[in-house]
Amino acid sequence: MTKDIHSARADFPILKQSVNDHPLVYLDNAATTQKPQVVIDALVDYYTRLNANIHRGNHSLAVQATEAYERARRKVAAYINAERNHEVIFTRGTTESVNLLAYTYGEKFVQAGDEVIVTQLEHHSNYVPWQQMCLRRRATFRILPFNEHGELDLALFERMLNEKTRLVAVNHVSNSLGTVNPVEEIIRLAHAHEVPVLVDAAQSVQHIAHDVQSMDADFYVFSGHKMYGPMGIGIFYGKEKWLEALPPFLSGGEMIDTVTPEKVTFNVLPYKFEAGTPNVAQAIGLGVAIDYLKQFDPLELQGYEEDLLVYGLNLLSEIPDLIIYGSPAQRSGILPFNVNGIQHYDMGVLLDTMGIAVRTGQHCTQPIMDALHISGTVRASLALYNNQEDLEKLANGVRRVIKMLKR
Amino acid sequence: MPGIQELQKDLSDDFALLANWEEKYEYLIEMGMDMPAMKPESKVDENLVKGCQSSVWFDVKCQDGIIFFEADSDSLVVKGMVAMLYKLLNNQPAKEVLEAELSVFEELGLWRHISSQRSNGLTAMVAHLKAEAVDCLAKGG
Repeated sequence: MTKDIHSARADFPILKQSVNDHPLVYLDNAATTQKPQVVIDALVDYYTRLNANIHRGNHSLAVQATEAYERARRKVAAYINAERNHEVIFTRGTTESVNLLAYTYGEKFVQAGDEVIVTQLEHHSNYVPWQQMCLRRRATFRILPFNEHGELDLALFERMLNEKTRLVAVNHVSNSLGTVNPVEEIIRLAHAHEVPVLVDAAQSVQHIAHDVQSMDADFYVFSGHKMYGPMGIGIFYGKEKWLEALPPFLSGGEMIDTVTPEKVTFNVLPYKFEAGTPNVAQAIGLGVAIDYLKQFDPLELQGYEEDLLVYGLNLLSEIPDLIIYGSPAQRSGILPFNVNGIQHYDMGVLLDTMGIAVRTGQHCTQPIMDALHISGTVRASLALYNNQEDLEKLANGVRRVIKMLKR
Repeated sequence: MPGIQELQKDLSDDFALLANWEEKYEYLIEMGMDMPAMKPESKVDENLVKGCQSSVWFDVKCQDGIIFFEADSDSLVVKGMVAMLYKLLNNQPAKEVLEAELSVFEELGLWRHISSQRSNGLTAMVAHLKAEAVDCLAKGG
């Protein structure tokens, strides 16, 4: 028996409040999603009943906390269909996960003259770490552009791959345009050149397919807080063969085996990459968020969100002078727009006075804004608790703002 | 010319008549639209405070101990805020500008929508006006 999607909204206490004297319409989910009561309860419960530092403690609380933390890892591994639990590394979030790979992979596998390919659709967090690594290693930072629909050109990508390519980094869903990128195809093409691929799943893991084995991703990263989990917890997944080959990122406690003044031997996976005390409560909270998500039928959930997106895009496109950015064949969760003659910032501030939360600006994707020759967009983004009424309020709000500003 | 305190009171009274945030912002935006346009020769890069999401042009002058300023923004909301400052501080004696306690913004709650925007420049703008007032007084006004 799966849970009815329409019942989800009631599980999120924050959505019941009023903002600026209007019932909150929360459409900033690509920045962070709200948390269901069960996740909030899990955090309180951890500190009420279970808190202890994990691993190597031999008192009862430490053992229980360790078990809860490792259970969370298994839940994540099952959710993304990792072959092995120790391929799942806890980090603080997507940004740390990308940096982990950029530093360790760069140090081990990238030499002067090598090439790394990212796309023009990346969030700065999957762009800047690679650009900086390339500068450190004197490698070439190559950017696969997007076309007039906001889609990547696979034929061009294939031509960019060569014997110097060391890694490809691409998001599954663009946080600015919502484009669903053909990661399976990108991975297949890269693997034909024996090039590993990092998939940034920050905007996809909570909405669409998230099976690392079926897409054959070498590395797969995402944040807990964008998938109904707590802030401060994220995932770095890597295939075992890669994780074994990479050097540690941070060093300190937990990640070592033996330590002498001359040298150390490193701990086994996954601990080799988890130096220091991890965010135990948040990891457990993420596990609970996954339990929450798994109550829904995944295809039904995806279908619901897709229908909602189309409904919202249709409503917005009826508004005169409103421009929707990108027209990808597949889009997920994101409604990026502007109204001619109206600053995105003004739209955001005025929608907020009506209790409607959207994000405005560049969305950490300056290369996309530069390519579109705009200073930013208004971005509404969806989660499973949004409904048609939210999007009707958004469209009415936009019309109201247009009236306020254009006279 | 009425004093700054009196003008603040007028603004407070005007806003008190407005029923909700939308109306308050509508009024604010109208104030921005009614503010005298900035001279093209003043709207130059050296007078530009470039923010993360909106830009403000801002030019202050002191004449015979009186502070004059011109401003513009590509954001109509920010321009409205600037127009409030203009209404309060333009054409006021430097001494009054320096001593002005601008309580009306907090009182109306208008800044809470934008104060988290690191680079809105409005706080900086008030500081800039006060600094100019200090210079103006030093010159013997």
